[in-house]
Amino acid sequence: MAVTDPTLINSLSDPAALRKDFPALHQSVRNHALVYLDNAATTQKPESVIDAEADYYRHDNANVHRGVHTLSERATAGYEHARDALARFIGAESASEIVFTRGTTEAINLVAGAWGPENIGPDDEILLSELEHHSNIVPWQLLAKRTGARIVVVPIDERGNVPLDGYRERLNKRTKLVAIAHVSNALGTVNPIPEMIRLAHQAGARVLVDGAQAVGHLPVNVAALDCDFYTLSGHKMYAPMGIGALYMRQDIAANMPPWQGGGDMIRTVRFEESTYADPPQRFEAGTPNVGGAIGLHAAIKYLDAIGMQALEDAENQVLQYALTRLLEVPGLRLVGEPDRRIGVISFEIEGIHPHDLGTLLDHSGVAIRTGHHCAMPVMEHYGVPATARASLGLYNTTEDADSLVAALIEAREIFNR
Amino acid sequence: MIDSELAALYQDIIIDHNKSPRNFREIPPPRHQADGYNPLCGDRLNVYLTLDGDRISDVSFKGSGCAISVASASLMTEALKGRTVSEAEALFERMHALLTGQETGSQDIELGKLEALAGVRAYPSRVKCATLAWHTVQSALAEDPQAVSTE
Repeated sequence: MAVTDPTLINSLSDPAALRKDFPALHQSVRNHALVYLDNAATTQKPESVIDAEADYYRHDNANVHRGVHTLSERATAGYEHARDALARFIGAESASEIVFTRGTTEAINLVAGAWGPENIGPDDEILLSELEHHSNIVPWQLLAKRTGARIVVVPIDERGNVPLDGYRERLNKRTKLVAIAHVSNALGTVNPIPEMIRLAHQAGARVLVDGAQAVGHLPVNVAALDCDFYTLSGHKMYAPMGIGALYMRQDIAANMPPWQGGGDMIRTVRFEESTYADPPQRFEAGTPNVGGAIGLHAAIKYLDAIGMQALEDAENQVLQYALTRLLEVPGLRLVGEPDRRIGVISFEIEGIHPHDLGTLLDHSGVAIRTGHHCAMPVMEHYGVPATARASLGLYNTTEDADSLVAALIEAREIFNR
Repeated sequence: MIDSELAALYQDIIIDHNKSPRNFREIPPPRHQADGYNPLCGDRLNVYLTLDGDRISDVSFKGSGCAISVASASLMTEALKGRTVSEAEALFERMHALLTGQETGSQDIELGKLEALAGVRAYPSRVKCATLAWHTVQSALAEDPQAVSTE
C-alpha cells in the first residue's frame, strides 16, 4: 500500500520521533509527563487519524450509498476504500467479507444474533476458553439460553495458557462453534490460533476469533488462519472509537440472514416481504460510522508504514525489558506468565490493592488499568478480585518501563510508611 | 515526593485502619447482616451488627477491598458502636455529604475521625469505595437479605 504522507510516519528506531505523531501523549498529568500504559483499554491516536476523521467532516460529510451528488460520492468512496484497506490489512480475500461494526462487541453479537440461531440448536456446544473477555462470553450465554445449547469452557493452566490437549478433549461432534481470543486482554497470552482452528474444523465446528487485542500488535492474516469469523476494534489499533469490523468468510456470509433491519441493508421493501442486499451491506443497517471508517483507514496506513512485524518485534523488546525490571519491585507478583505473550502485564503488589495502586500511579503520571479487565473468570482462576495491568503500544519505550518501576517503588513507600 | 491531594487521600489514619482494620470479625447469629459488593473493583464487605432496643450494641465487618473501602468500614464500625439507629442514619447523611462535597447534612452530629475520608472527594471514581460500608450497614439495619451493590 502506498503511504500518502511519509513525513507523518516515523521509524520505530526513533521512538521519540514516533511519539511526536501522538498529540495526547504530550501532556503532563498531576505535574508529571504522562506515561500511557493502558493500551489494552484503548490506544492513543496519531495526528493523521485525527486529521482524517476531522477532514471528512470538514469537507466530505454526506450519507453513503444514497445520493448521487458529489459529496455523497466522496463519502461513499472514502468509506469503501476503508473497507478495501482493512480487507488487505488482515488478509481477507475480498472486501465483501468485511462488515463494519461499532467494535468487537457488536461484531460478536452480530454473529451470535444472526448466525447463531440458524446454526446452533438444543444440546449443541459452544466452546470457549477460561480467559475470554466478557464480550466473548455473554453473547454466547444469551444464545445458549435461546437455543438450548451448552457453553463448554477450556480451563487455562497456572501460567495462563490455553493448553491444546485440554482444548482437544473438549472438541466433539456436538461442538458447533469455537469462540476464542487471539490474544488475552487480561494476561497477554497469544493463543495457538492456527492449530486451534485446524482442530476445530476437523471436528466440524466453525471458529470465531476475537482479535481485539491482536490486530494492533501483531501481523494477522485471516485467510492463512482459515478462520470463519474474525472480530476487531478500531480504537485498540490507533483508530477512533466507535468503529470496528467483523470478517466473515464469503460462503458463510452469503447464507446468513440479516441481523438488524433498516435502511441500506435491503434490496426491495414491500409490506408483504422484503428482500435483502448482498453482504456486506446486508449486515450494515442504518447510517454507518463513515468518519470512523476513514479514521481507521488512516490508522491502517500508519501501521502499514511501520510494518506489523517490525512493530511486534519492537513491542516485544520493551515487554522483555519491562518484565525484567518489574521483578526488581519488592512484593510484586506477576499474574499469568504465558508461554507466548504480547505487551500486556498483569500483576499485584503485596499489601496494596490494585485500585489504590491505580490512584497512586496516576499521581506519578503513569496510567495503568486496575480491575477485573472484563475477564472475571480469569480473576477467579487466580483467586484475586482484581489486578493491575500495564499494556504497551507502539510508542512505549524502555524509559516508560523505568517510570512504571519507579512509580511502583514510590507507591510501596507511601503504603508501607 | 507525595503531593498534597494524595497525602489528603492516604492519611496515616487510613493507612493504619487498612493495615489493622478494627472490628474485623463476624458476629455470630442472631445478628443483622448484609453483603456489599462493588462490581467496578470487586470490593466485597460483609457487615454484621446487633441491636439492643434501638441502640447498636455491636458492629463488625469482614471482607476485602481497597484501602479506602477497608479503612472506611473500619472507621465506620468504631463510629457506630453505641449509637442509636437514628444517630447512625444522621451520620450516614453527613458522611455522604462529606464524600460528595455537598455539606448539606445535619451538623448536629460530630464526624470525628471520619473526617479523614474527606480526601476522597477529589477522586470521583473512588467515592463508591468509601460509601460501600455505609450502604451495607443501612441494608443490614433494614435486614435486607439482598446483597448491596454500589452500581
